[in-house]
Amino acid sequence: MTAPSTNTAKPATGLASLLKTALINALVALVLFSLMVGIRTEAGSDGQLTYWTRFGELASLVAVVFGGSIVIELLRQWIGPTGAERLVPPAVQSGMSLIGRYLTPALLIFTVLVPVIFYDQRYILDLAILVLTYVMLGWGLNVVVGLAGLLDLGYVAFYAVGAYSYGLLATNFGWSFWICLPLAGILAAFWGVLLGFPVLRLRGDYLAIVTLAFGEIIRLVIINWQSLTGGPNGVSGIPRPSFFGIPLDNSDDGFAARLGIEYSPTHRIVFLFYLILALALLTNWVTIRLRRLPIGRAWEALREDEVACRALGINTTTTKLTAFATGAMFGGFAGAFFATRQGFISPESFTFQESALVLAIVVLGGMGSQLGVALAALAMIGGFELFRGLETYRMLVFGMAMVLIMIWRPRGLIGHRAPTVYLTKAQAISSDLVKEGHG
Amino acid sequence: MSGDKTGDKILGVDRLTMRFGGIVAVQDLSFAAERKKITALIGPNGAGKTTVFNCITGFYKPTGGAIRLTHDDGRVIALERLNDFRIAKQAKVARTFQNIRLFPGMTALENLMVAQHNALMRASGFTLLGLVGAPVYRDAEKRAIDLATEWLRRVNLLDRADDAAGNFAYGDQRRLEIARAMCTEPALLCLDEPAAGLNARESAALSELLLSIRDELGTSILLIEHDMSVVMEISDHIVVMDHGVKIAEGTPREVRDDPKVIAAYLGADEEEAVAVMESGT
Ligand SMILES: Nc1ncnc2c1ncn2[C@@H]1O[C@H](COP(=O)(O)OP(=O)(O)O)[C@@H](O)[C@H]1O
Ligand SMILES: [Mg+2]
Repeated sequence: MTAPSTNTAKPATGLASLLKTALINALVALVLFSLMVGIRTEAGSDGQLTYWTRFGELASLVAVVFGGSIVIELLRQWIGPTGAERLVPPAVQSGMSLIGRYLTPALLIFTVLVPVIFYDQRYILDLAILVLTYVMLGWGLNVVVGLAGLLDLGYVAFYAVGAYSYGLLATNFGWSFWICLPLAGILAAFWGVLLGFPVLRLRGDYLAIVTLAFGEIIRLVIINWQSLTGGPNGVSGIPRPSFFGIPLDNSDDGFAARLGIEYSPTHRIVFLFYLILALALLTNWVTIRLRRLPIGRAWEALREDEVACRALGINTTTTKLTAFATGAMFGGFAGAFFATRQGFISPESFTFQESALVLAIVVLGGMGSQLGVALAALAMIGGFELFRGLETYRMLVFGMAMVLIMIWRPRGLIGHRAPTVYLTKAQAISSDLVKEGHG
Repeated sequence: MSGDKTGDKILGVDRLTMRFGGIVAVQDLSFAAERKKITALIGPNGAGKTTVFNCITGFYKPTGGAIRLTHDDGRVIALERLNDFRIAKQAKVARTFQNIRLFPGMTALENLMVAQHNALMRASGFTLLGLVGAPVYRDAEKRAIDLATEWLRRVNLLDRADDAAGNFAYGDQRRLEIARAMCTEPALLCLDEPAAGLNARESAALSELLLSIRDELGTSILLIEHDMSVVMEISDHIVVMDHGVKIAEGTPREVRDDPKVIAAYLGADEEEAVAVMESGT
């Protein structure tokens, strides 16, 4: 802790260390798989225990782990960040930021034009809406994980709170989407603060576990509070969004009839697309602004060094709570959108897997980077669809692709941080220096 | 909380005791720091100096004793009853750390902006005014940048304002940390071994900086330091600790000639010097 952080040394590259790592991995695999795969037990016809061994499969699995370790290690040395790259970060960084400068507007223009280009392709539009939903969720979680450095594994809870807020308010009281949307955000933020209180003193792994539990608790409450939420049956008949009061259907005072054009169900899809695009861009705009305000700088400072923050008179409690609340609010917005898009919500949509997916998007994107999160959401959701043809092997290929990306860019796709204020020139900061937070 | 405003002391430490389980790190320590003066706290490693700092700045809750801060306007604050961030925010006590604690992934300028968090928070209407870009906030931010620029100039780091703090050389990091503490506009500045790891030239520049903070800005300084050239040159008053108790105090000259001090501290000078050198790299 005494010396200023220097570049970490390159891991040992010798053949011996390579073999040693692979051997250790193979050994671990042997211990794990010998019980999981090597021996099978089953209740026999008379209820007696029968078992048989599968040493062949076991051997091949261990061999795969051994070979795989070597391959991954070689790949890491081959395409991973090299010492040379770390020594010349300015050039790399300026190159990256140059790409970043043109990539962002280009992506934005393309996104706005998606419904025009793909008007007839319902599948692409649906996929684009899905990607944008995850972009928004990623940006929301990015406030908590990327900026404030608080590892939140229960983000889906706020998504659920937002979805159920809209679903229940709309079906029980008939309130419109535009009234329910802010309410869903506020309710989710409220739950964010509630979650924030007990976990304020926790850090790292402990924080992750408690937030994970919180996500599960919300889901279990939804399942069991049958009278309110409909339990496992969910809430159905949630009103579709209207174009500021004008329904998007083929009725006489519907959107198409009023405009005097022929009704098409695509109108609603396009409207949903622009709705989630607007919500996502709002999230992005607010986050970018917050980052340049004292509260945003305090979030990042908190991620860098909490003790130093306290020594500077920053109330770390309220700073963490505002991060939780802000992230949760965006999650709530996204949830309300999800409910109105689906027309039906059930607890099944809000499992831990969703939290993990959103977190993966944030980590893959490069923690704290808005553009990175958007690219990661596109890669994760779009890429997953891309592999649809592979059927059974889809997950496997997808997982391998993620491992490769993380070897190639361990700090995420966008591996640098842009300063929030500058005197003469905004220089990108290499993410080697940026802390990930301790919880 | 009756005001004990004898003399013009800014900080009064009265029978401070700090125990960690069985270890008594500080025992019945009493001393005072005068306003607009530099008070040094010296002693061999493990004497309990950093623990005293942690008690003053609220990172530890003292086992016993009182710590009183008297502001210019006569307000007396019982520091042992405030906790952590309130001491910096309300009592205006700023500190640096023995192991530098900058925000390494943020630029030097950003580090100094974070230090002005509370003032900027108020100006940004607790974020709402700032979010809509109100002119009130923009003016405040401009002033904050000006203050930060002024401090970067003072510590001779102006040309590196937009570099990440983690990329700075050791001596630059120490000076940046002092600048950051000063950006909170403190009444009392507590520095924990600011010269550790600096070379002779950097130490001399540090002495000059601390003297200018005292003379030009009138900020009171409490200083822990091993580098005797710095301590003897700039201190107005020196308190010597050993094994958690005060063994001597007085002017630099008095302390230097005190046989108890020589026995406890200067006698261990060589080892100390080695230890300090090692901890500084
Ligand atoms: N948090 C703590 N828990 C236990 N012991 C501590 C703690 N902080 C300091 N000490 C002990 O208190 C004594 C004084 O330490 P310290 O104040 O750091 O000395 P100095 O700064 O004078 O070198 C040491 O023996 C140290 O081990
Ligand atoms: Mg110390």
